[in-house]
Amino acid sequence: MTLSQFLVLSAGLFSIGVYGVLIRRNAVLILLSVEVMLAAVNINLVAFGQYLENTGRFAEGTAASGQVFALFVITVAAAEVGIGLAIVLLIFRNRSSVNVDELDALKW
Amino acid sequence: MDLGDIRNWVFIVIAVVMLAGSIVVVTTRNVVHAALMLVATLGGAAAIFILLGAEFVAATVVLVYIGAVVVLFLFGVMITRAPLGGQGALDHSRKWPAALTAIATFAVLAGSTVAFFGDAEIGSGDPVLTSEIGSSIFNRFVIPFEVVSFVLLAALIGGIVLARRDPEA
Amino acid sequence: MVNGISLMLAESNVEGLARDFGDGGLLAEGAWLIVVVPFVATLAITLFGKRLPWKGAELAVGAVVFALVYGGALLLTSWFGDGIVHEGSVKIGEFGGFEVEWGWVVDGLSSMMFFVVGLVSTACFVYAVGYMKGEVRWTAFFASFTLFAGAMLMLVSAANLIQLLIGWELVGVSSYLLIGHYWEEKENSSAAIKAFIVNKIADVGLVIGIIIAAITVGTFSISEIIQRVVESDSELDDVAAIIALLLFVGAMGKSAQFPLHVWLPDAMAGPTPVSALMHAATMVTAGVYLVARMFPLFHEMAPGVLDLVLIIGTITLVIAGLLAIVQDDIKRVLAYSTLSQLGYMTAALGAGAYTAGLFHLFTHAFFKSLLFLGAGSVIHAVHSNNMSDMGGLRKYMPRTFWTFIIGSLALAGIAPLAGFFSKDEILASFNEANQPIVLLLGLVTAFITALYMARAVFLTFFGEYKGQGSPHESPAIMTVPMMVLAGFAVVAGLFNVPGQIGAFNEWVSTRFVETVGASEFLGEHATSFDVPVLLLGLLAGLAGIYLGYRLYYPDAATQKERDRLYVRGLWPVLENKYYIDDLYMEGVVNPIKGPIARFIDWTNSYIIDYVVNLVGMFTRVVGKVVYGVLDQRGIDLAINEVSAGAGFLGGKLRYIQTGKIQQYATWLFLGAVALVIGFWIKVT
Repeated sequence: MTLSQFLVLSAGLFSIGVYGVLIRRNAVLILLSVEVMLAAVNINLVAFGQYLENTGRFAEGTAASGQVFALFVITVAAAEVGIGLAIVLLIFRNRSSVNVDELDALKW
Repeated sequence: MDLGDIRNWVFIVIAVVMLAGSIVVVTTRNVVHAALMLVATLGGAAAIFILLGAEFVAATVVLVYIGAVVVLFLFGVMITRAPLGGQGALDHSRKWPAALTAIATFAVLAGSTVAFFGDAEIGSGDPVLTSEIGSSIFNRFVIPFEVVSFVLLAALIGGIVLARRDPEA
Repeated sequence: MVNGISLMLAESNVEGLARDFGDGGLLAEGAWLIVVVPFVATLAITLFGKRLPWKGAELAVGAVVFALVYGGALLLTSWFGDGIVHEGSVKIGEFGGFEVEWGWVVDGLSSMMFFVVGLVSTACFVYAVGYMKGEVRWTAFFASFTLFAGAMLMLVSAANLIQLLIGWELVGVSSYLLIGHYWEEKENSSAAIKAFIVNKIADVGLVIGIIIAAITVGTFSISEIIQRVVESDSELDDVAAIIALLLFVGAMGKSAQFPLHVWLPDAMAGPTPVSALMHAATMVTAGVYLVARMFPLFHEMAPGVLDLVLIIGTITLVIAGLLAIVQDDIKRVLAYSTLSQLGYMTAALGAGAYTAGLFHLFTHAFFKSLLFLGAGSVIHAVHSNNMSDMGGLRKYMPRTFWTFIIGSLALAGIAPLAGFFSKDEILASFNEANQPIVLLLGLVTAFITALYMARAVFLTFFGEYKGQGSPHESPAIMTVPMMVLAGFAVVAGLFNVPGQIGAFNEWVSTRFVETVGASEFLGEHATSFDVPVLLLGLLAGLAGIYLGYRLYYPDAATQKERDRLYVRGLWPVLENKYYIDDLYMEGVVNPIKGPIARFIDWTNSYIIDYVVNLVGMFTRVVGKVVYGVLDQRGIDLAINEVSAGAGFLGGKLRYIQTGKIQQYATWLFLGAVALVIGFWIKVT
C-alpha cells in the first residue's frame, strides 16, 4: 500500500465535503458535509502517523501520536456537532427555517 | 499501486463505497438518506483505519460517529422539520461555482501529495496497541487531553444554554 | 493495592530521643473509613435522602458519629498504647514522573484532628437537626454539611500534598454552599462569593507552593518532604523559604489571617450550626493544620517565614480582638473572637511553639463551637442576631445561659477551664521565644477577650428582655450537644498540664519524634508553668471580666441607658476603648484624611492647575495655527479625496458582500487553492 492512495482518497472525500458545504441550503446538511470533511482529515492523520513511524526517522510512537490526534479530532467534532445543532435549533425557533441563504444579516 | 496485494483490492472496494456514499450525502434530496449514507462513509473510514492498523480509532469512529453523532443528526432533522424529499429546496440553484471550487481543491490536494510522495510505501501496517495510545494520551498528550475535555465541557454547557427555551418566552 | 508502611524513616538516633511507636494494627489500617464514610453518606443523602424518614439527617449524623467513634478509638489507642504512627496508601495513577496516591496518615496529630472534627461535627449536626427544623432545602443542607465534614477529614488524613489540596478545595466548595444556604437574600450569596474568592486568592499561593515542593523533592508525599528537611537537603533548602511562604499564603486564606481575614465575619450569613463547625473544627483550622503539618520545613529551613507567621498572627489577634468589642451582632462578636484566637494559634506556631499552637486549636474547638451553638440557641429564641434585642435571657433559657457562661470563661482563659491552659502555654511560648512585644500584645488581647465576652454575656443574658415575643429554652436536641461541649470545654485543658500531664504533647509530636526526636524540630515545649506569665494572663482575664461587669452589668432596661451610664464614665481612660469606632475615625482615619487631603487639595489648586492652565494656553495657540493653516487647507482636502475614492470603491465592492456565508466560503476555498498553486510555482 502506498501513502498516496490514502491521501488521494482523503483529498476526494474532502473535496466532496467542500462541495456539499457550498451547495447545501439546509444547515443540518451543511453540518453533515462538514463531518465528511473531518473524516477525510482523520484518514490523513492516521495514514501519515503510520507512514512516519515506518520511515524510521522519528521516535517510536509516531503512529500512536497520529491516532491520538485523530481521536482529538473526533472528540472536537462531537462537540462541534452538539453546539452546531443547538445553534441550528435556535435559528429554527427564531425564524422557522434553517436555510442559510435566508440568514444574510451579515451583508452591507 | 500494486494490484497483486490483496489489501489494495480491499482498499479499492472501501474507497469506492466511501466516495459513492459521500457523493450521495452531498447530493441527495432526502435528508434521512444523507444521514444514512454518512453512516456508510464513516463505516468505510473505520475500515480504512483497520487497514492502517488503527483499531482503536476505528472502534471510536463506530461508537462516537455512527452511534452518537448520526443519531444526533437524525434528531436535528426531525426537530427542524427538514423536507424529507422532493421539494428541491435543499440546494442552491447555481451549482457550478461550488463544483469548480471542489474540483480545484481536489486537484491541488491530490496533485501535490502525489507529486511529493509518489510511490512511497506506507509500511507494514502493524496495529498500534490500544495500551500504546493510552500511555501516549496520558503522558505525552496529557495537557491537550485536558484541554479537549475542557472544550467538551464548554460545548456541553453551551449546548444547554443555546438549546433551552428562555423561561419567560 | 493497599500497603501499610510503618514509618521508620531515620535510623540515626538523635540524642536518644527517637522512639518507635506502635503501628496501630487493624484500627489504623482501616482508618481510611473515616474519610470514605462521610463521602458515601453525602452521595447517599443526595441520591435518596429525601425518601428517608428524617430526610437524610440520620445519614449525616451517622457519618459524623462514626468519625467521632473511630477518631476517639484511635486517640485512646494512641494514649494508652504506645502511640500510633501509620501511613497507608492506594496508588491512583502515575502522571509523568509523579505518582498520585490516596493515603491516610494516622499519627497523633491526625488522630487528634479526627477526634476534634468528629466531636464538634457530631454536636453541630445533632444541634442542626433541631435548629434547622422546618427550614428550606433541609436535605441539600445536610448533604453539603456532611461533605464539609468529610472534606476536612480528607484534608487532615492526607498523606500527600495533592490529597491535602483536594480536601482543601472541597472544604472551600462546601463552605460556599453552606454560607450561601439562604441565597434568596443577595447579601448572603455575596458573602458566599466573597468567602470563596478570598479563599481562592490564597489557594493560588498554596497550589504554586505545592508544585514547587513536588518538583524539588520529586514527590507529593508529606513524609518524604519532611524527611528531606531532616536530611538538610540542599536542593530543598534553596527553595524552602519560597515554598513555606506560599504555603503560608494558602493558610492565611483558610485560617483568615490579616489581611485575608475579611471573609470570615461575613461568613456568618450561613446557618448557625455551619458557623459553629466552620469556626471551631473545620475550615479555619485547616491553615493552622497545614503549617503544623509542614512545621519542620518552616522551623528548620525557613525561619524568616516563621517570623512573618508570628507577625501576621500577632496583628490578627490584636485587630480582631479590638473589633469584637464594638459589634452588636452576637455572631459577629464570636466571629471576630475566632479571628483573634486563630491569631493566637498562628502566632504561637510563628514563635516556634508547635504544641502550644495545636493545643489552643484543640481547646478552642470545643468552647468556640459551644459559644456559637449557644448564640444560635439565643437567636432561635429571639429571632434576631442583635444583642440590643436581647437581654435578661438567663431567666428564660437557663441551660443555654450556663453553657454559654462556661464557654465564655473558657475563652477568657479563667482557670481551670480549657482556655486557661492553652492560652497560658501560648503566652509562655512568647516569653520563651524572647518576644516581649508579642507577649504584651497577647496579654492585652487576653484582657480584651475577657472584656468582649463579658459584654456579650451581660448584654444577652442580664438586664431586661428588649426583643419581641417571649423567648423560650431550646429543645433538648439543641441543648444536649451544648452540654457535651461544655463538658469538654471544662476538661480539655487538663490534657496538657505542663510538668504534670503530657498527653497532648505526646499525641501531636509522635510522628516527628519517631522521625528525628522531637524537641529539636518542634521548638520549645513548656515542661513547667511559667508562673509570672500565668498570673499575668489570669489577671488580664479577670480584669477584663471585671471591667465588662462594671460597664455592662449595672442593670438598665435599654442599651441607651447603658451607654449613658458609660459616658458618665467610671474609668475615663477606657471610654475610648468603648467608642472604638470613634477612636478609629478620630484617631486614625481623620488625621490621615485631614492633612493629606488638604495637601492634595493645595497641590491640586496651585501646582497642577497652574501647569494645566499653562499647557492649555499653549495648546490653544498651537491649535489656532494648525487649524487655520494645516487642517483647513491641507488635510481636509486630502481626506475628502480619499473618502470619495473609498466611497466609489466601496460602492463597487459591496456587491461581493452578499451576506451569504457560502459565497464567502467559496472565495475562501478558492483563495486557499490559489495560495497553494502560488507557492508551488515559487518552489518548483
